Amino acid sequence: MRAVLGKSTALLTEIWLPILTVVAWWTLSSKSTSLYFPPLSRIISKLGEVVTTRFASDILPSLQNLAAGLCISVILGVICGLALGLLPPLYTAFQPLLEFMRAIPGVALLPVALFMFGIGSDMKVAIIVFGAFWPVLMNTIDGIRGIDILVKDVSRSYNIRRRDHLTRIVLPAAAPQIIAGIRISVSLGVILIVASEYVASTEGIGYIELQSARQYYMDVMWAALLLLGVLGYLLNVLFRVVEHRLLRWHRGLRGTDQGGTK
Amino acid sequence: MTEIIARGTLTGVPALSAQGLSKTYGSGANARQILGDVSFEVHDHETVCIVGPSGAGKTTLLRCLAGLMPSTAGSVFIGEEKVVGPPRRMAVVFQDYSRSLMPWMTVQANVELPLRGRPGLTAADRRERAQTALASVGLENSGTLHPWQLSGGMQQRVAIARALAYEPDVLLMDEPFASVDAQTRADLEDLTHAIKAKYGMTILLVTHDISESVYLADRVIVLSGTPTSVTEIVPVDLPYPRDQVSTKSTSEFSELRGHILGLVRRTQP
Repeated sequence: MRAVLGKSTALLTEIWLPILTVVAWWTLSSKSTSLYFPPLSRIISKLGEVVTTRFASDILPSLQNLAAGLCISVILGVICGLALGLLPPLYTAFQPLLEFMRAIPGVALLPVALFMFGIGSDMKVAIIVFGAFWPVLMNTIDGIRGIDILVKDVSRSYNIRRRDHLTRIVLPAAAPQIIAGIRISVSLGVILIVASEYVASTEGIGYIELQSARQYYMDVMWAALLLLGVLGYLLNVLFRVVEHRLLRWHRGLRGTDQGGTK
Repeated sequence: MTEIIARGTLTGVPALSAQGLSKTYGSGANARQILGDVSFEVHDHETVCIVGPSGAGKTTLLRCLAGLMPSTAGSVFIGEEKVVGPPRRMAVVFQDYSRSLMPWMTVQANVELPLRGRPGLTAADRRERAQTALASVGLENSGTLHPWQLSGGMQQRVAIARALAYEPDVLLMDEPFASVDAQTRADLEDLTHAIKAKYGMTILLVTHDISESVYLADRVIVLSGTPTSVTEIVPVDLPYPRDQVSTKSTSEFSELRGHILGLVRRTQP
């Protein structure tokens, strides 16, 4: 009983402000005649329209490009990170180059990607990969280089075979940092997908937003923005669930470290 | 019975030997010699403890013996085989159990990990061998837990089970009970006697606790301060089975303890 009460109290403390915000927005904007700030009711009905009529033409392509870009970033980032993290001479050789490339903002490569990949999906995926690859790579390298020497000693002294050393020791040991890197990549990916749809594009959520703003369909523009917010939020929730499952041991370990049960 | 095993096979090639082992870190003006000409032999089925003043390079010696670090000069042999990397016939129990066990794996998976990919061992064999090893250390019901859900003493038991499942000829233990409380420590010392009686492998245990060395060992190797060499090898002829109360209250025990303490204090750097 107390647990149920505790849970509902926790839920209440978390959601009262979002609810209040929506209610305030709804009532304050309900009589608005401003071109730029239409009533929330109209924005939401436009949002419904956008989701139903433009799902296949715009929303799906955005999601597909984002998913493809993030998948490639993660796979490439972890593989390259493994190589660079496990081979210190390789890392030393590559480090200046990596620092330089990483310093270039992903969006700055839009013009380059445009003439290299055209205006299709390839260009958008390439832009996401170029921006979202770095956090995964750098965090994988850091995670691997930070593995406890004792863990390596255990692996060597027990002659753990190479395959198990990589998949059962190195990757799990570096997982907390790799996942933190992926988390940054996901937010970068959302930024980059929108940016890529601003230029020479004919589809996507970013395209809807920019087009409607140019044509003064402000309610549609706000609807697209809301959609992006919801999308980012849902991605974050999804990510938290995955992280929660994968890093249960990490929380448990830190829990006992702090709890002092030794 | 343990005594018969321990004394029975003193002939032939030693289970483990260090010959003129030395280790220097750095070079030129910054060179620091940690080990200087360490030589000793450990016979088959013998339990030998290494004691020495703190900072005597015990960890360096152990890493050289385990093949985790090359020595500057001299060599280590397991039987007739020269150690050039971590030998398959040796298992190591490290001091810091909280770092030596993989926190992302269950206890069972930790014990099974070194057995993966071993020829002729199916997944079922592996599971069974891990369960037997866990039962030998009194943790038959903890296989599904994670190491961090166990107490420190239990975690070190898991590390010992992992070593047992590996079925080594030589078990190397690096200050294995230094991070647990006194009562747990006594329990783990008795566990060491019990697994020795059951498995009969050769044990080389590094410790800074002189009572522990006398209680566990057939012989105690006393090291000097840096650069480390062997000061004296003290035979311990206390009868088995040994007991925390009765063995430790005999006059022979006290004499041995006093003798070794004198040696260690005299060699303090």
